[in-house]
Amino acid sequence: MSQSYDRGLIEDFGRWQEFSAGMWAWIFHKFTGWVLIGYLFTHVAVLSTATVDGATYTSTLQGLESLLLVRFLEVGLLAVAAFHILNGIRLLFVDLGVGLGAQDKAFYAALVATAAVTVASIPTFLVGAF
Amino acid sequence: MAEHYSSFEPKGTRWLIQRITAAFLVVVLAYHFMMLHFVNHAAEITFAGTQVRMSQVGYFATMVLFLITAAFHGVNGVYNALVNQGLDGTQKTVVKWLLVVAGALLIVQGIRVASAMTGLF
Repeated sequence: MSQSYDRGLIEDFGRWQEFSAGMWAWIFHKFTGWVLIGYLFTHVAVLSTATVDGATYTSTLQGLESLLLVRFLEVGLLAVAAFHILNGIRLLFVDLGVGLGAQDKAFYAALVATAAVTVASIPTFLVGAF
Repeated sequence: MAEHYSSFEPKGTRWLIQRITAAFLVVVLAYHFMMLHFVNHAAEITFAGTQVRMSQVGYFATMVLFLITAAFHGVNGVYNALVNQGLDGTQKTVVKWLLVVAGALLIVQGIRVASAMTGLF
């Protein structure tokens, strides 16, 4: 049986000190979602300018990869994607009504796993960058 | 404890499609990252390698489906986020159609890019 739950207004960010784990998860999910859809439009735009011919494609991608800033942005993108994926799995379980009592712990687990994946990927992303 | 925390209207069509696309994207986004950053390092990607991957029907179809589901999931997510922020009335209608057009253009252009990557067009 469903019952109402007054979470207050999350959009009122002035209340951030009162936010619970689930509210932070909601904010992080929105933020990472905005980044990912913004990136998707950028990704298709960049690839559109690169797919003129084979040589332009290869030189555009390798030119971007030669920039250290791009390598760090890729690590950031991985962190954003990893959190959105892991918290997204948590949300699917919440929507199915599975493990609701542990939804806050699942958020913390998503944060820790995101950090672990991100740190572990740094060597791969930075190889050949220096 | 409440049983429903989602900010979407429950049991709506967009609500359901958002979750179905989410379940698909969880797998394919992870695969995309793994394939183009860990199996093949981004710095070593060439058009020839991309062409080989995109010329496989299964890979091409997966990437196009990835594009369509990601475009829907992202644009629908933005719309819901804006509605949560209080978007209403005429503004809501205008933003909805702007997002529909932007999402459609993204899909069309993405398919053009994917086709160009096969080297056949």
